[in-house]
Amino acid sequence: MSSRERILGRVRRALAGVRDEDAPVERAYLREHGQRSTAQTVDLLAENLADYRAVVHRCTAGELAAVIGRLVAGHGSTSVVVPAGLDQGWLAALDAEQVADRAESTPHELDGVGSVVTGCAVAIAETGTIVLDGGPDQGRRRITLVPDHHICVVRVPEQVVSSVPQALERLDATRPLTWISGPSATSDIELDRVEGVHGPRTLEVVLVSGDRPGVQDGAGER
Amino acid sequence: MSGTFVGMPVFPPPTHPAFPKAAHEAVGNPVLRGNLRHATHTIRAKRANAVAEVSDWAELREAGKRIKDHTLRHLDRYLVQLEEAVTAAGGTVHWAVDADEANRIVTELVKETGESEVVKVKSMATQEIGLNEALEAAGIRAYETDLAELIVQLGHDRPSHILVPAIHRNRGEIRDIFRTRMGEWGRPAPEGLTDTPAELAEAARLHLREKFLRAKVGVSGANFMVAETGTLVVVESEGNGRMCLTLPETLISVVGIEKIVPTWRDLEVFLQTLPRSSTAERMNPYTSTWTGTTDGDGPRTFHLVLLDNGRSDTLADEVGRQALRCIRCSACLNVCPVYERAGGHAYGSVYPGPIGAILSPQLRGTQSEIDASLPYASSLCGACYEVCPVAIDIPEVLVHLRERVVQGGEAVRDGNKVVLKPAKGHAAERAAMRAARWAFSHPAALRTGQRLASRSRRLHPRTLPGPGRAWSGTRDLPAVPAEPFRDWWQRTGGGKGGAK
Repeated sequence: MSSRERILGRVRRALAGVRDEDAPVERAYLREHGQRSTAQTVDLLAENLADYRAVVHRCTAGELAAVIGRLVAGHGSTSVVVPAGLDQGWLAALDAEQVADRAESTPHELDGVGSVVTGCAVAIAETGTIVLDGGPDQGRRRITLVPDHHICVVRVPEQVVSSVPQALERLDATRPLTWISGPSATSDIELDRVEGVHGPRTLEVVLVSGDRPGVQDGAGER
Repeated sequence: MSGTFVGMPVFPPPTHPAFPKAAHEAVGNPVLRGNLRHATHTIRAKRANAVAEVSDWAELREAGKRIKDHTLRHLDRYLVQLEEAVTAAGGTVHWAVDADEANRIVTELVKETGESEVVKVKSMATQEIGLNEALEAAGIRAYETDLAELIVQLGHDRPSHILVPAIHRNRGEIRDIFRTRMGEWGRPAPEGLTDTPAELAEAARLHLREKFLRAKVGVSGANFMVAETGTLVVVESEGNGRMCLTLPETLISVVGIEKIVPTWRDLEVFLQTLPRSSTAERMNPYTSTWTGTTDGDGPRTFHLVLLDNGRSDTLADEVGRQALRCIRCSACLNVCPVYERAGGHAYGSVYPGPIGAILSPQLRGTQSEIDASLPYASSLCGACYEVCPVAIDIPEVLVHLRERVVQGGEAVRDGNKVVLKPAKGHAAERAAMRAARWAFSHPAALRTGQRLASRSRRLHPRTLPGPGRAWSGTRDLPAVPAEPFRDWWQRTGGGKGGAK
């Protein structure tokens, strides 16, 4: 008998006679916590990102290239990894070498790169989380892992959801996902939280809104 | 590189002393007690805040419990569904009945790659089976990459907490371990390393980075496996998990068969309850999910080893099977008054604390001294049940297992029904209970005995002799009243008229 058959046989014998007690799973929990306007949801995202030590910036689409250029320069990076499908317009003000996200590049090569710029798949306000799904503007998982500085652009409000259940609905399980809530951290020394271990030690999130003046900073729709 | 890795005791530990003896030594160590008290109290308060933030915690807890119960009731079906989904997504599924088989499978898989080292994400399952030791015996070096696991591995120590394996070490001890041992395993600690947590974390970053960048094989566990999609989920904080899951060419994941959830949607419950309950965060810094392999991104080869190792035996126990709902958050350790004082090592298992006290004796059986003593490693205060995010009634299972230890009875071991004998060491207790049963069913004898006891009360010893010594060593003997209750009742007509 194979181990597979042996384990399945043991499981079936262990369960003999208990199946009829099965009750459907009740989901009495909330789809989201509290009621917020769209602008308030974006504000909550900004607040929770910052609470876990991500650096949050807000701008309009027209200002985005300048903001990215300033953040890369501010970090002192001379090179930036760029996913294949990133909007080239975002990089118009970049004063650093652009490194393509290629299958052949080694982890060692990535280790020599200063920053990475990506979009995201969805952002979760209640938990301050951004989710990457390897889409064309996000690239391979390792490019947001090895460089020490990650700039992630979130288009607000369309990429923002309130809660974890809403995020899972939007995501495709077959894609490799990375959920990021603040820079890497550890609580392993006396259960005190320390930011910055193996992943990027600096996470900057740019919340970029459409070019309608007056509503871009979440202040207009209350 | 030198230094023999001592690591974890082989599972099960045949010679580990019983809990009371092991705990006695730990309780006498003031540094250990101070470290444990500081850490568990810190996390307790934070967790309470994180849980209070969500108004539907009770509903999330109930849903988590029901999802897990439903999964366990149809575990055979979901295992087959998972296997199909993982295979369809480009992974290879292996089945391991016990620790030896799992270790053999992983060792062979690593050998096939031609590599002699692997990087590991913290994983309870691989600790449970003693994978590092098995790999070491085959000439393969396993590098632990979680900060706390690194501290434990460098210190030739044993983990003492599910989530924070080095909880028994304070920052000064950690600095000393890094200073003296890091050089033996690779990049030494920086000159002038202090004991601030940020500097210690930075030292670990530098030490491990060279290992991540050259790694060809990664070994992990998983927090969840989704049957309908074949997706595995690893929840972590430091980024070492992401390194191990994405940089190597080959990924081998060893996961207990109970880690399944049926649907993608089910994650919406556990991705809310696990981070808040374990590290007291709204969300942990990194969660990785992967389904088989992805062209051009991450490992090209993915192996999933499904581990039984006592889980199907546990599933056969009607009361005890609820322990398989556990999502390893470790909240029960942090609130337990016994764990806080005794520490994790006394439990003689990779699963310490209240959950360990019900999991280890079920996975390993109650035959060894340590496993027979674990159901007693509790005051039954119930705090563990209160905090459990999947509502495991740990006190109920503890009492159930105590019964099994004392009375023996039917159980399933290695897939076979067996009748367990009562454990040794409980003969005096059983004899006392038999005597009590006889006395309570013979009223005349009981009356005579009670009167005799009352009249001779000045002569009673303060401790019991012989086999009762151990019992009275930790308790005061109850005082015998001057007059038996039944005599008082007859004399006063049940206390009528205020008679004394």
